[in-house]
Amino acid sequence: MRFVIAVYVENTYGVLARVSGLFMRRGYNIDSLTVGETDDPNFSRITITLVGDDHLCEQIINQLYKLQNVKKVKLLEKNASVERELMLIKVKNSPETRSEIMTASEIFRAKVIDYNVESMCIEVTGEPTKINAFIEAMKPLGIVEICRTGVVALERGANIL
Amino acid sequence: MSGNNIMTGSRIVIETLIEQGVTDVFGYPGGQVLNIYDELYKASDRLNHVLTAHEQGASHAADGYSRVTGKVGVVIATSGPGATNLVTGIATAMLDSIPMVAITGNVPTSLIGRDSFQEINITGVTMPITKHNYFVTNVSELADTIREAFKIAKSGRPGPVLIDIPKDVQTATCEFVPQDVVTPYPEEIVSDADIDRAVWLINSAKKPYIYIGGGAAGRHMTKDIMALAEKIDGYIGCTFMGLSAMPNSYERFLGMQGMHGHYASSMANKDADLIIGIGVRFSDRATGNAAKYSRNAKIIQLDTDLSEIGKNVGVDIGLVGNIVSSFTKILERCDKQSHPAWQEAIEKYKVREKEIAAEAERRAGNEMTPRKVFDVINSVKDKNTVIATDVGQHQMWTAQYVNFEKARRFASSGGLGTMGYGLGAAIGAAVGSGDRAVLITGDGSFGMNLNELATAVSYNIPVVIVLMNNGVLGMVRQWQTLFFGKRYSSTVLERKTDFVKLAEAFGAAGERVSNIEDFRAAFERGMNYDGPYLIDTLIDMDEFVLPMLPPGGSIDDIITTKDREVK
Repeated sequence: MRFVIAVYVENTYGVLARVSGLFMRRGYNIDSLTVGETDDPNFSRITITLVGDDHLCEQIINQLYKLQNVKKVKLLEKNASVERELMLIKVKNSPETRSEIMTASEIFRAKVIDYNVESMCIEVTGEPTKINAFIEAMKPLGIVEICRTGVVALERGANIL
Repeated sequence: MSGNNIMTGSRIVIETLIEQGVTDVFGYPGGQVLNIYDELYKASDRLNHVLTAHEQGASHAADGYSRVTGKVGVVIATSGPGATNLVTGIATAMLDSIPMVAITGNVPTSLIGRDSFQEINITGVTMPITKHNYFVTNVSELADTIREAFKIAKSGRPGPVLIDIPKDVQTATCEFVPQDVVTPYPEEIVSDADIDRAVWLINSAKKPYIYIGGGAAGRHMTKDIMALAEKIDGYIGCTFMGLSAMPNSYERFLGMQGMHGHYASSMANKDADLIIGIGVRFSDRATGNAAKYSRNAKIIQLDTDLSEIGKNVGVDIGLVGNIVSSFTKILERCDKQSHPAWQEAIEKYKVREKEIAAEAERRAGNEMTPRKVFDVINSVKDKNTVIATDVGQHQMWTAQYVNFEKARRFASSGGLGTMGYGLGAAIGAAVGSGDRAVLITGDGSFGMNLNELATAVSYNIPVVIVLMNNGVLGMVRQWQTLFFGKRYSSTVLERKTDFVKLAEAFGAAGERVSNIEDFRAAFERGMNYDGPYLIDTLIDMDEFVLPMLPPGGSIDDIITTKDREVK
């Protein structure tokens, strides 16, 4: 199963190393990890996605709570939260593929943000499945380079971390 | 800033330690802690510093000190190699949940990150082996950081905390405002509903087994645990870390269970229909194959650490929070019970255990077996004698044969299994308790950190070193005998070390014995000697630690004699 865990941490020296180090030494494999400051500059929010069973997920949450800089941890339920990821993708630009790239970008509501005779850079946001689908669509047209942010997520409705 | 309480960072370190009730510290000076050592010198009438031979020895001493006193052990070392030499000691404390504060110096902040002389990022190095650590960059935060370190070290599940202080923070000044000794963060109190669920399970059990670990040892629960065993007609076993929490003389106590545990204890655990685990983590050494572990029993687990509940084996009820409070409530609420069939079964196991032991002794004849050595130790020591060990066969014999009489008189590396732990720990334990220590060690382990003999002599530490010398790395050799076709790869030491001369060279006393009568006389001399006393005790290299459950096996695979076919 795929899990999304939100972690509210003190924005201090080494906090990211502490969190990622925990995953490394307990042998948990992270799919993605994003981190950024919150509205309060003293705190950051980390979003982690990973694949595992319920027992693993519970262990991770309990182990995260043992870190002194971790203030809150929450499992974000798939059907009660919104997830987004951003990707920048550079694809080959040629007269033969150009229109197909443009059409696909339109369908995926992606934006071309850089252009030259050899390549195009496209910005896509959405759920990871959508990002994956766009990558699949671009593959036959010639992907040059990809950069993904990893998932950020918030709970739906009035719920907060 | 106002007033006359302006101090340097290094002075603040000393004043905060004293403020937090520290009376003894262990350590070793060096370039980046010169300022702290200068302040230690000035405060020597208020704070006792024990200089060891090696920083690792200091870290084990702080650990041993903590185990016997229950206080936070404190160790100080310089940057770079001084700091990295603490690593094994810190990890040992982490795995056994021992409260410790390690203070290291570092190069000035202007030189950080430049691979300066003796610079190492010790907060990075120790991140996985501390509860938390700090790199202090501002002298105004120093005192509060040290206070918080003590608070974290002793809260909930205790453990080590490291504070790295760059040289310029030690020399910078700010105002120092004394504060009270910090108290641990309050622990959660388990809800009445959860207690009642546990009580319901206990009341419906027919074969209850109370299983105690390091989380219960030293928390003054001995009487309550005995009371529960009486009330529910249950029996008690323990993990390695739970040793000494229960006096061995208590008839419902069956001893340590697990890989080298007592037969009766392991069998009781296997047959139990209810296991009440108190401060235990169901480690692989205690449970064997977790998938096969006590599948027919209900398990109640009491622990202060939420992440321990169900970590290694599935449990039916987890009571997270203050274990003393949970346990007291359970004791009050459960019914008085009687289980004659369970008593009968246990008595049979006890008889069988005695038969196995008698058979082994009969075969050994007049040889100086480990059991005989420990019989002597038990008959001479008193209830305040501290027992420290290194790691290996002698450690397991200690676990099996020592007659523990009171909690906080035992120091041994259970979780990490640190060879070379014992001598430093014995020194720290003797300093902390003011009582005599007996170090049980082997020629392998002792060889790792025997330099601390120098410390024991300098401070005239009353420690009797029983060096069980078999010329081999006995525990590894035992595995090679059983599981590696007697191919004794690198376990036959073939050294020419004369441990008696070695002791004398350090300024200690020593003698060599090869039979049990001589051992008794030597041990009595050692226990009355003023200072460290080493007894080179020659034992047979083919002695085994028995019984043994093979790694990954279960109680059904128990090995009770040396005659087992080699695979």
